[in-house]
Amino acid sequence: MLRVENLHVYYGAIHALQGVSFNVEQGEIVTLIGANGAGKSTILRTISGLLRPREGSIMLNGTEITTMPAERIVSMGISQVPEGRRIFAPLTVKENLTMGAYTRKDQAEIQATLERSYKSFPRLKERESQYGGTLSGGEQQMLAMARALMAQPSLLLLDEPSMGLSPLLVEEIFRIIVEINKQGTSILLVEQNAQMALSIANRAYVLETGSIVLSGDASEIAENPDVKKAYLGI
Amino acid sequence: MPGRNKVTKKTLSAGQRRGPPLAWVGWSFLILLAVVTVLYVGLKAVANPILFLQNLLDGLKLGFVYALIALGYTMVYGIVKLINFAHGDVFMVGAFTSYYAVSRFNLHMWPAAAFPSISPNLAVVLGSLTVILLSMAVCVILAVTIERVAYKPLRDAPRIAALITAIGVSFFLEFFGALPFVFSARFIPYKAPFSTHAWYIKDGIHPIISGQASPDNTISFSNIFLIIAAASILVQVLLQYIVKRTKIGIAMRAASYDKPTARLMGINVDRVISFTFAIGAAFAGLGGVLYAIAYSSIYTQLGVLPGLKAFVAAVLGGIGSIPGAFVGALIMGQAEAMTMGYISTPMRDAVAFSILIIVLLVKPTGLFGEPAQEKA
Ligand SMILES: Nc1ncnc2c1ncn2[C@@H]1O[C@H](COP(=O)(O)OP(=O)(O)OP(=O)(O)O)[C@@H](O)[C@H]1O
Ligand SMILES: [Mg+2]
Repeated sequence: MLRVENLHVYYGAIHALQGVSFNVEQGEIVTLIGANGAGKSTILRTISGLLRPREGSIMLNGTEITTMPAERIVSMGISQVPEGRRIFAPLTVKENLTMGAYTRKDQAEIQATLERSYKSFPRLKERESQYGGTLSGGEQQMLAMARALMAQPSLLLLDEPSMGLSPLLVEEIFRIIVEINKQGTSILLVEQNAQMALSIANRAYVLETGSIVLSGDASEIAENPDVKKAYLGI
Repeated sequence: MPGRNKVTKKTLSAGQRRGPPLAWVGWSFLILLAVVTVLYVGLKAVANPILFLQNLLDGLKLGFVYALIALGYTMVYGIVKLINFAHGDVFMVGAFTSYYAVSRFNLHMWPAAAFPSISPNLAVVLGSLTVILLSMAVCVILAVTIERVAYKPLRDAPRIAALITAIGVSFFLEFFGALPFVFSARFIPYKAPFSTHAWYIKDGIHPIISGQASPDNTISFSNIFLIIAAASILVQVLLQYIVKRTKIGIAMRAASYDKPTARLMGINVDRVISFTFAIGAAFAGLGGVLYAIAYSSIYTQLGVLPGLKAFVAAVLGGIGSIPGAFVGALIMGQAEAMTMGYISTPMRDAVAFSILIIVLLVKPTGLFGEPAQEKA
């Protein structure tokens, strides 16, 4: 469904993405792994329309979205859970969720999605009127995911959802990701925690300084000796 | 990474606890000043309660007008971190628009002309509302255009560049307006779309016959005062409702906190910013018309002092805070009215700007402001 072709992105003179190509098929979990500064977040920001590529194209279900403004891309069906969660601290939990559904019109349907989010994340229901900034890191991660799902995306981009969480919570978050995927949302997952990411993904790409150096089935990649050494610490 | 974040936060709050270097000088000065002011005004109030109440009313009138302007300063600052110094001049354009509508085009007479049979009172209300709405609309178009042309290209530039641009736009509006074929630089007598009525209070409320002074030792007020007060309070309530309850209002708060993430929600941030400028300008336009009606003469520098004082009010209340702007404006109105009543009229501006200096010295975040937060 998502096809990224020969993507080149610059920050001023810095050539952050140097011809990246990959794809995500309907119903898949695809993970992008790579060291700090490899360009993982840059890829997600470019797909979401926050950055403009200098070259290359991004297609969603055959539609070119390369130069679409970010707000249009959300209504095309791509939501992102950004790195560091980026909760709106001065907004309540419920207001954060409302913003997630910004592009949707039907109030009854939005309400139904909200109920469903509260069912998947009961903690958020309890904290409905608490300010986003006062939530714990784990709760913020749940809120960030619930907020992205409020748009009912067909493709969910996740940028390091395990960052700063306890091992137990990481397990929980990954369980939820699999759950979301089972309900029909395709997932592009960026992770530092390569082991966890490879254990739930169908396919994986390895990124090094702005280029993809390796790709294949997640299980294959997990067995690759170079990957084992560099990312799995084995 | 999280560990490092914590360290930065700690040093930051330690810095805040220390406050600006000369804060204790400011605080002692402030406390002394407050005690002297309260004692002085208190004694005067006991000596002549009627005069005191009259000053209080005059202060409210000023304060309510400042509140209408200050809201625009504080909202725009909240979302684009820009002190929009052209805001006071948008207020001036509101006053001039209504002047042309009334004096040149008799717009306020349209209901009477179109429906000769309706009651004269209703005709005046409808006519005046039309004039006010037209002036507000002109201010909205002007402010949204200014934002598009002058500020938007500087959205990612250092804030000082945008600030200097705002001052430039302000001068442009004032001096372009002063050209002979635009508004001209003269003082122009202002004709209100409705007639003013005043009353005095002494054993009940009595009308003041126009052209006559109110009797000594009475409190007087006018229908314009009542309209200004009602409009200002209504606007405040309306704005609270917009910001707290409506989707666009929540989006305004989201965008002022974090623009890229707001865009990830599908919020069109450019449109939200335009909307913010638009409502600020609409309220300034409303304020401009009411101010012109209340003070009955207009000129192109008309917005300068009210604009600056509304800016002080916004800083006093805590720039970015909407209730803060309202409270700050009411305090500014009182400070000025009491100065005029008990010291001397020329002192009013000196007192107003001394308040700015003291606030910046003692509590730069203002009464309702949150301490500047570190954000990535
Ligand atoms: N706003 C920016 N301005 C300049 N350079 C940037 C900017 N953002 C990222 N870069 C650079 O682009 C490169 C890729 O950054 P990116 O954030 O995509 O890395 P990442 O793979 O997500 O790393 P991490 O795992 O640490 O999040 C890095 O070298 C980074 O320094
Ligand atoms: Mg990253």
